[in-house]
Amino acid sequence: MKKVVSGADEAIHDIPSGATLMMGGFGLCGIPENCIAAIVKKGINNLTCISNNAGVDDFGIGLMLHKRQVKKMISSYVGENAEFERQLLSGELEVDLIPQGTLATRCMAAGYGMPAVWLLAGIGTEVAEGKEIRNFNGKEYLLEMAFDADFAIVKAWKGDTQGNLIFKGTARNFSPLMAMAGKVTIAEVEHLVPVGELDPNEIHVPGIYVHRIFQGKDYEKRIENRTVRKKG
Amino acid sequence: MALTKEQIAKRIAQELQDGFYVNLGIGIPTLVANYIPEGVDVVLQSENGLLGMGPFPYEGEEDPDLINAGKQTVTTIPGSAFFDSAMSFGMIRAGKVDLTVLGAMEVADNGDIANWKIPKKLVKGMGGAMDLVAAAKNIIVAMQHTNPKGESKLLPKCTLPITGVHCIKKVVTDLGVFDITPEGFRCIEYAPGVTVDEIKTKTLGRLVIADDVKEMVV
Repeated sequence: MKKVVSGADEAIHDIPSGATLMMGGFGLCGIPENCIAAIVKKGINNLTCISNNAGVDDFGIGLMLHKRQVKKMISSYVGENAEFERQLLSGELEVDLIPQGTLATRCMAAGYGMPAVWLLAGIGTEVAEGKEIRNFNGKEYLLEMAFDADFAIVKAWKGDTQGNLIFKGTARNFSPLMAMAGKVTIAEVEHLVPVGELDPNEIHVPGIYVHRIFQGKDYEKRIENRTVRKKG
Repeated sequence: MALTKEQIAKRIAQELQDGFYVNLGIGIPTLVANYIPEGVDVVLQSENGLLGMGPFPYEGEEDPDLINAGKQTVTTIPGSAFFDSAMSFGMIRAGKVDLTVLGAMEVADNGDIANWKIPKKLVKGMGGAMDLVAAAKNIIVAMQHTNPKGESKLLPKCTLPITGVHCIKKVVTDLGVFDITPEGFRCIEYAPGVTVDEIKTKTLGRLVIADDVKEMVV
């Protein structure tokens, strides 16, 4: 079983233009920095990205937007990215804005082998347009389809050579769900350890879901909204 | 005098009850955390995957892997727990969160809310707001009574794309406190120095004044 690859370039080598990618992260927290840099360098384009946010102008998925590599974003909130908004309003970029819980659950459904789920969010709004509605116990729900992604790309805190993953803090967010949902899942990790070193009780994503893993490097881990309090 | 944002937050904090799990939205709702009454123990939920959200970190102690839904750096407290986004919205959907406080662009007198989009102008997305309003048992809106042009944000019907239908229970604005009832907005408190006439003038939706309406204590 060889899952360990040399780095981001090898991990993404066969992602073709036009692919659908899931990318973990909430804002800039927990994003796969190394893979994003490699995708930008390689210049793959026409991509559909399923990601809660679109980064900021000069970091995260924002870097891919800047090079016009993204055809369509499927996100819940894109407020921090002026270039995104410009491309959207000018019609250069397609966007599907969906409720955050629906986004998470459509990822989850894919990882759990469920074709679709009934969800409450968006009933009575434009999100419901064109969707099948069904009443359960007196309440209406929308039929929401599982995502179908060619690749899932996530950043974990620790991982082992068999692909078992552990996330840290709120950097977990969508990443375990996406890791479980990709046809091919790529994990970059801050600490790659030999198999057997992680406590089985603490694994968030079992290695069966992970196809490629590598030791990431040079993490910037940029903070989007640094907020502090004064001492004393 | 109309209330400051801090005073709106302080008034909403009076709605917190011991043992509540609470989700606070971005903006004025975030400030509610600063005014949790003495002796009231609440657990704050942040939909990016944290229960038991602590205060902002001290300078130099920020952790890029520890943020709230507004992407601000935060801290954990004893009892905190992390989880993924599906579990986060699972607990919201399953009704485990007792109170949600949200900002809004418009609220209608039937409890509809609009807070995610201004067509052709502002496209930011709904984030977790649609999930929260669809599922939460108790939702309070914190907002200014009027928009920057001076127009009422308490309307007979939302003009902007809506986030959720018939879901808001209470609105606290800089002018007063309003319950959503079958008769429309029911004013139960007015801000100190604000008159009921001013509230009537600045409310476009159906408005009834409670018989026992009183001045707000903040």
